[in-house]
Amino acid sequence: MSDNIPQDLKYTKEHEWARITGKTIVVGVTAHAQESLGDVVYVELPKLGATITEGKNFGVIESTKAVSDLFAPISGTVVKVNDELTGNPSLINSDPYGQGWIVEVEPSDASQVGKLLDAAAYEPLTK
Amino acid sequence: MTRRTPLNEAHRKLGARMVDFVGWDMPVQYSSVIAEHEAVRTAVGLFDVSHMGEIEFSGPGALETVNRLISNDLARCQDGQAVYAGLLNDLGGFVDDVVAYRFSPERILICVNSSNREKDFAWMKARAEGVTPVDRGDEYAQIAVQGPKAVGLVQRLTKADLSKVGTYRFTEGEVAGVKSIISRTGYTGEDGFELYCASDDAVKLWDALLEAGQPDGVKPCGLGARDSLRTEMKYALYGNDIDDAHTALEAGLGWIVKLDKAGGFIGKDALVAQKAAGVPRKLVGFELTGAGIPRHGYPILKDGVRVGEVTSGTQGPTVKKPIGMGYVPTALATEGSTFDVEIRGRAVPAVVVKTPFLKKS
Repeated sequence: MSDNIPQDLKYTKEHEWARITGKTIVVGVTAHAQESLGDVVYVELPKLGATITEGKNFGVIESTKAVSDLFAPISGTVVKVNDELTGNPSLINSDPYGQGWIVEVEPSDASQVGKLLDAAAYEPLTK
Repeated sequence: MTRRTPLNEAHRKLGARMVDFVGWDMPVQYSSVIAEHEAVRTAVGLFDVSHMGEIEFSGPGALETVNRLISNDLARCQDGQAVYAGLLNDLGGFVDDVVAYRFSPERILICVNSSNREKDFAWMKARAEGVTPVDRGDEYAQIAVQGPKAVGLVQRLTKADLSKVGTYRFTEGEVAGVKSIISRTGYTGEDGFELYCASDDAVKLWDALLEAGQPDGVKPCGLGARDSLRTEMKYALYGNDIDDAHTALEAGLGWIVKLDKAGGFIGKDALVAQKAAGVPRKLVGFELTGAGIPRHGYPILKDGVRVGEVTSGTQGPTVKKPIGMGYVPTALATEGSTFDVEIRGRAVPAVVVKTPFLKKS
């Protein structure tokens, strides 16, 4: 198992991760995603209080090379936004599972978590 | 089939991420675009630009023949001098932008864009009178050595006195034992050289530069950094900022068009007429004053109406701003003019600024 796929997180096929912390879920993009994107230079974040929908676009991440959509792992309300990314989007490259987190969401349907991939199921998607 | 430069294997050994670039398998980055960009701005970077084409004119009348094909004036140059020029169509638009090297009035070498190699050669062949061009593209490899430490690096590997090779001048000599054309030209805004050598010698030259450049912090650099470096200088990229539909005057490249040169050139009449009638649109450099990054193809809006299009854009790694270029009506082309760039349905404000974006101290 790669060190770049933490065991305690859940994943999407689109390379987002979800950390379940009590009643909320923190969302970011995986090490594999940031590696593929290259240098991240801009992140378009949702507004605090915005509603996001599982599988739908909730933001945009831009690298020196490409523009990529961010897809919501679950539906819910955005309760925190990582404003640090506005001034320092490279945190996504340097610490994708830590300081490079993107939003914290209060799920509207916690059962959607069950549809997310675990580390073992996600790993083949990084090959 | 995808084409490979003689350095393809060397790039793979260095861990480069390879992409298809106009039919060539080329490195887009080795480590990080921003790190490579910074290496060129502060130290020295190496670029494999062997995919560029070389077309040679030799024999009596070569100078006159080439001078009718290009917009700039090689007759005003000395031997050992190079000029940036356009190959223009009858409407004054670009067939390509090129660098022409004057070895003597009887030997001229023209470096053309990789995407236009075949097109340019056929175009030149059909229009050259007196001298037949020869495509030397497969014979030459080309390595660009760019950055404030580039001159020192190349000088350590050659006996040629590079202090005598001024900007847009070139000499011939051995670099690391490899016979080379040593040209003080580039596409990054930094001092440096473009080294042309035989394809078979490319690996030897590349490896020698990488090894000798270690104390300078040399980095191999990919197409990603090449693009951000040239954008900060507002250097045009064929297919983005210049093409067959925009004239040299619209592109702000009037300085490479010598309307008064003896013998004229293809496209001259159209440019004379456009100059007299007034240039309707211009390529400008702008900064976004709102959040976002401008990209090729994004609409430029004035009061909600589409008036142009972004031709190139990026987050400038050195200038640390979102910058771009685009064609706008001439009335909007003056410094300080404002318009919006439409980014994913959002109108983001922008202002026309003086270029190059990167101001050298």
